[in-house]
Amino acid sequence: MELATQIGGAVTDGLAYLGALATLGGRAAYFTFIAPLQGKPLRLQRAVSQAMQVGVGALPILSLITFFIGLILALQAAYELRKFGALNYVASAVAISMTRELGPLITAIVVIGRSGSAFAAEIGTMKVTEEIDALETMAINPIHFLVTPKFLAMIVMLPCLTIWANFMGVLGGSLFGVAQANFVFTGYIRASLDALFLRDIVTGLIKSFMFGITITAVGCHEGLSTGAGAEQVGRSTTRAVVVSIFLVILVDLVFTTLFFFVSGA
Amino acid sequence: MAMEETSNPVVQGEAMISLRDLRVSYGEREILHGISLDVMRGETMVILGGSGSGKSTLLRTLVGLEKPSSGEIWLKGQNIAAISDAEMDEIRKKIGMSFQGGALFGSMTVGENVALPLREHTKLEDSTIEIIVRLKLDQVGLAGFENYMPSQLSGGMKKRAAVARALAMDPEILFFDEPSAGLDPIIAAGVDELILDLKKAFHMTVVVVTHELASAFLIADRMVLIDKGYIVALGTPEEMRKSTHPRVRQFFDRIAEPAVSEELDYLQMLTEDNRPKRVAAGKRGA
Repeated sequence: MELATQIGGAVTDGLAYLGALATLGGRAAYFTFIAPLQGKPLRLQRAVSQAMQVGVGALPILSLITFFIGLILALQAAYELRKFGALNYVASAVAISMTRELGPLITAIVVIGRSGSAFAAEIGTMKVTEEIDALETMAINPIHFLVTPKFLAMIVMLPCLTIWANFMGVLGGSLFGVAQANFVFTGYIRASLDALFLRDIVTGLIKSFMFGITITAVGCHEGLSTGAGAEQVGRSTTRAVVVSIFLVILVDLVFTTLFFFVSGA
Repeated sequence: MAMEETSNPVVQGEAMISLRDLRVSYGEREILHGISLDVMRGETMVILGGSGSGKSTLLRTLVGLEKPSSGEIWLKGQNIAAISDAEMDEIRKKIGMSFQGGALFGSMTVGENVALPLREHTKLEDSTIEIIVRLKLDQVGLAGFENYMPSQLSGGMKKRAAVARALAMDPEILFFDEPSAGLDPIIAAGVDELILDLKKAFHMTVVVVTHELASAFLIADRMVLIDKGYIVALGTPEEMRKSTHPRVRQFFDRIAEPAVSEELDYLQMLTEDNRPKRVAAGKRGA
């Protein structure tokens, strides 16, 4: 009975949390897509500076990580393929796993670490120092002012970063291909491209778009629900990272399942 | 003599803010237990009270940051307890609020902070906004600090910059949360002076929340003492000074809290008028 109550409570809390995220995401989407048509202009300048931080700032570390991931994938695939003498399939194995799954996922996780946490910390600090209240007393909607530029930056930059991550992964795989699997570099790239269908890339990008919405919603929601005191900012930041990683993987599962059953992709 | 708070405060002139039986709760806990109060046009009303008395909650409710659980708040002829967010935003453009720590946006310069409400709510040219910003900063004694970041300012200067931002839209009512908190006596006196100057120059209605008595007596036209969510006393500084109300004396003479352990003991200290209609046992106001 006790256990049932606890499970019930956890489920209700979880649903309430998702509801809050959906509300925030919905309002951000309203300010991004609908409000500009009603004469409330987008803050493009703020969105661009956010996009620089979220996107361009992440390039070096993301490149390095996905290059390594590509290399690791090649090594792991080769372990099994070698048994069948099918080492030349390394290129397609890496290309497909990167574009369909690991490119979007690794990109999302890097962006959570860099930007999702930063959103929560920035907005949380503003909450603690009453800056959010100040915005409201100045009749400036905090969601319009703070969340929307981040939302816009994220849904544009995350797919872009994902494309770059896919490319770097293939590049990482090619290092193994050239060194150990008798590929020439151009041949490896051609083999990778041949293995990919458009839907591999598109489903990956759709997922990364959804990840972008998830990460922004969680980071900003955690920031906005920060309590009083500096230690609360730390708590919000940690929660933003943990919850984002969990929800990104959940969204990944949902969409991968959806693609599998709907289009066989 | 409007010494003790009554349900019908003596009204002289035009009320800018009228509270009627205002109650505010955080969850189950009621913080304000039926506040009724009028603030007249051009008046400086100081809300006094100890920590946790509910005075900050009262201020937050007045600017619409907290929703009352019941009662009415009449601001410029509209009951803000019962209006839409869009209508509230229109009222907010005519009020200014200075927060305890300044609440300046750390990522913007002082000038951009002051310009923000103008950029958001008006269609003024950048050059016009620049002039207004310079004017407002001049008014608070911060001329030439447009390009400083808030982190480069001292506590007193931050507070002045926050006042400049609150003044940007030429508000009719100005709210201050603890204007002298965290400031040394000399800087705090400067902020008091600023409030007096603003009032003299613009005949603004000013509401100040503080627990600094010296500052309160200097700037107040009338003051109200809030304790545990009730209005204990209301009157001019002179009336308050002469008050024999035990709670007022205790506050003004800085007497430590007597050993009052029960809510009812405390309630006996209040006047008949303020005795609440319903008291939940064991529920202490914060």
